[in-house]
Amino acid sequence: MIYLEHYLFLAAIIFTIGVLGIFLNKKNVIIILMSIELILLSVNINLISFSVFLNDISGQIFAMLTLTVAAAEAAIGLAILVVFYRNLGSIEVNKINKLKG
Amino acid sequence: MYLYSITFYIFSLVAVLSALMVISARNPVHSVLFLILSFVNASGLFVLLGAEFLAMILVVVYVGAVAVLFLFVVMMLDINFVKLREGFLQYLPFGALLGIVLIVELGILFLTKSFSENSLSQFVQSPQINEVENTKLIGQVLYTDYFYLFQISGLILLVAMVGSITLTLRDRGQVKRQNISSQNFIDAKNAIEKKKIKLGEGI
Repeated sequence: MIYLEHYLFLAAIIFTIGVLGIFLNKKNVIIILMSIELILLSVNINLISFSVFLNDISGQIFAMLTLTVAAAEAAIGLAILVVFYRNLGSIEVNKINKLKG
Repeated sequence: MYLYSITFYIFSLVAVLSALMVISARNPVHSVLFLILSFVNASGLFVLLGAEFLAMILVVVYVGAVAVLFLFVVMMLDINFVKLREGFLQYLPFGALLGIVLIVELGILFLTKSFSENSLSQFVQSPQINEVENTKLIGQVLYTDYFYLFQISGLILLVAMVGSITLTLRDRGQVKRQNISSQNFIDAKNAIEKKKIKLGEGI
């Protein structure tokens, strides 16, 4: 039998993998963005499983909003990445100190 | 019920393994493909939970749009990815320690507090899930109770679109373009010249 705790554990594992991905791939912005997507996926799993197990639909609405924000964030992040690559010819995170205004 | 458990474990195992491959693959293209696999398995879990609409939205939005965008950017940029992986093994022991601590703490939290229906059902306000089907219920709530949130999320998408276009659009200067007004104001007398050409001579 699968309870709410199983889904919460799964979401926790995926969240931890996402945090680890940010931590380990310090230089590669693309992997960092993908790790953020993984973290948002784990948040979605949490919201939807709570919504289903509490018999309340509003969790699924919030999951949809999370999805929207995640899509917007990915689009803007990748646009910034393309501009950054065009200006510097590299995507190493530790070179972003040239953004000083 | 056994089938439900087996399906849950298969989907979650593949989701976790592919999430691990996302952060550890050498080639970012493989990372994006494993991200797609992870999202597809998560949407399978949503179907298992009974949230069909969210599952389909996840496939359409993530696999259809976001992952393809990632793939496009990864393939478009010509980057030495081996150089970017420096420091992966150096940070691995500390990172693994941090991850283990995080997961153990979250596990302790989930085991101590019991999230049963009785303890949390006092917060439930929206209509019950079992009455109508998932998509209809989401529509009923989204366009009434959460209408302003819905509109604000549309605005967020608009701002994201405008922002990414302005960021990546560049004016190259020497590109020739149409000048509509000068085309419209042109006069036939200035534009066309009549010439008499004798036979066998040319201009």
